[in-house]
Amino acid sequence: MSFIADPIPFIITWLTRTMTSWGWPSEIVTVILYVLGALLLTVGAMVFTTMLIWAERKIGGRFQDRPGPNRVGPWGIFQTIADMLKIFTKEFITPVGADKVPYNLAPVLAVAAVLCVWAVLPFSKTVFGSNIGVGLLFLIAVGGLGEVAIILAGFGSNNKYALLGAFRAVAQLLSYEVPMVIVLLIPVMLTGSMGMNDIVAAQKIPFIVLAPVAGMIFFTSLIAENGRAPFDLIEADSELVAGYNIEYSGLKFGFFFVADFLHAFTSALIFATLFLGGWQGPGATNIPILGFIYLLIKTALVYFVMLALRFSLPRFRIDQMMNLNWKFLTPLALFTFMTTAVVNKVLPAGENLLRIGGLLAVNVVLWLIANWAMSSYMVRIPRPVVSGPRPVAVGEKKQAPKEEVAS
Amino acid sequence: MIPLSWYLILSGLLFLIGLLAVLIRKNSIGILMGIELILNAANINLLAFWRYLYANSGDHRGQMFVIVVFVVAAAEAAVGLAMIISAYRRKNTIVANEINELKG
Amino acid sequence: MSPQQFFFIITAVVILVSALMTVITRKMMHSALWFVLALLGVAVIFALLEASFFAVVQVLVYVGAIAILIIFSVMLTRKAMEDTGSQVNKTWVISLLIVNLTAIGGFLAFRSWEVLGTFPTALMAEHYDIGELGMALIDPERFALPFEVTSILLLAALVGAIYIAFQRKEGKK
Repeated sequence: MSFIADPIPFIITWLTRTMTSWGWPSEIVTVILYVLGALLLTVGAMVFTTMLIWAERKIGGRFQDRPGPNRVGPWGIFQTIADMLKIFTKEFITPVGADKVPYNLAPVLAVAAVLCVWAVLPFSKTVFGSNIGVGLLFLIAVGGLGEVAIILAGFGSNNKYALLGAFRAVAQLLSYEVPMVIVLLIPVMLTGSMGMNDIVAAQKIPFIVLAPVAGMIFFTSLIAENGRAPFDLIEADSELVAGYNIEYSGLKFGFFFVADFLHAFTSALIFATLFLGGWQGPGATNIPILGFIYLLIKTALVYFVMLALRFSLPRFRIDQMMNLNWKFLTPLALFTFMTTAVVNKVLPAGENLLRIGGLLAVNVVLWLIANWAMSSYMVRIPRPVVSGPRPVAVGEKKQAPKEEVAS
Repeated sequence: MIPLSWYLILSGLLFLIGLLAVLIRKNSIGILMGIELILNAANINLLAFWRYLYANSGDHRGQMFVIVVFVVAAAEAAVGLAMIISAYRRKNTIVANEINELKG
Repeated sequence: MSPQQFFFIITAVVILVSALMTVITRKMMHSALWFVLALLGVAVIFALLEASFFAVVQVLVYVGAIAILIIFSVMLTRKAMEDTGSQVNKTWVISLLIVNLTAIGGFLAFRSWEVLGTFPTALMAEHYDIGELGMALIDPERFALPFEVTSILLLAALVGAIYIAFQRKEGKK
């Protein structure tokens, strides 16, 4: 029963007992278990990405009124395996004059930056990678590693369009980190600790109820950090061909591809952990595997919302995106943070209705103010009139004046 | 267990390599990287002393000093790089020896 | 040798080799990349010292911001200096001599300091908390003043960097 309720710690204790009974010192056993855990997590994440890519293409197809992949296997579930086989066997074409070290390092760094996040997420009450006290800050720090990867890809390709794409991508990523970091302080304030385990354990009521504005700002920043639509001008197919990964082919492009989808799923996981309660749910504290299932359900829900946004909204221009960030999200994040800090101290602690009602009321008021400010701002921009209305069809054909032929 | 001397030797050697970078390199950005290495060595030193001698006494002076050094390093890197780029726009060179006239 | 000592030695070797390559490499871009590796190694050392907050802030500030700034600057000034000539000054012999003498002098001076052999005591549970550092930062009797002064320093750096790097629009240059 305990194996079914809590498989991973069961296996860990069994392995520890076996290895200690062979006479190995306990420190070496700990190191080996950590390495095994990291390997298992990595392999699991990468294998899971194949299912994710299939889900995205199928659901995207349904949004766009087409069937999606349906040839390879029932409902097309082996489509990703076929794609991976193709990517594995493609030739690596390195552009002439490309700097070898940044060019080859960038895909590896991109995937590594995303996989590092999986080390701090709590998957259930007893299964987590490591319980550092600053898990939340760790998430943002490894986002910075991803940015270094993008710059290296753009620079190492020896291609002006790749470089331009990399510059725009890093500008977007660095800009959207600002409201993300400010808003992430709100769950920290409501919990009293920066560790992910503590944040999940303190969510008897999910934080999306206590801080919905913060949740929405965080969700928007997450989508922008991923570079998914509507913020996907990084890889805008119609503008930059493929952004910073133009010159990559074969498995190196496969790495960027995997990093993109895995980052989206990881972002959904982070949102579910921080704002939707993670593994909390009825009965999750006693039966940890139930907690894992709750987390998967919540993540799938968030991922579905991200997919719905991706396939419904048109793309932002870069100036619209920067305006959205610096003129809307950052002031709103600052105001939310300040008012939540004050209200959190004023209201009595605990889970009483006064606290929930007070925090919700503050958020609703903030949202109304922000809405009013946005709508009045948008009314004031004069749209330039380029030309008058043009007729669709020309009324009568005018003869072009005949030139006199010089005789 | 790691004795304190190992951390001090590491920070000392890193400091000396950073000093070498500042003294030797022609490129201004290379000199800036040397300065950042020196500041990192100081950070390792401070944190090692804090951990080994003061961590259990509730005295946070070592950590505070490291925070100040972080802030100073970030501020100085930003302003220094802005100045290097600005000097590059005027004089079209980043070799530290050639930016030696106050004119222009 | 315990696993901790093993990891420390590996990380120390990585840091020192990366720092040396930063100084010696010909191409500026490779020098910047070795620098990033040295910074990541320093973050691992901070984690070994059980200062997890500083390890994460090191990655966030140094690698995520300063290293990106340096890589951008290297990219922008690539035409200024070719990567083929000698990257070091004419005075490199004297500098190397000075550095070596400083190293030997330092070792001789601090050889018999009894503090050097101390081992770390286990960190008690109540001092593990990052919240204590936060309380120390805003306590007026402890470190509120350095905290405020560093924020003013950051403001000054922000204004200064923008002013220096700002290009006037056409007509006012």
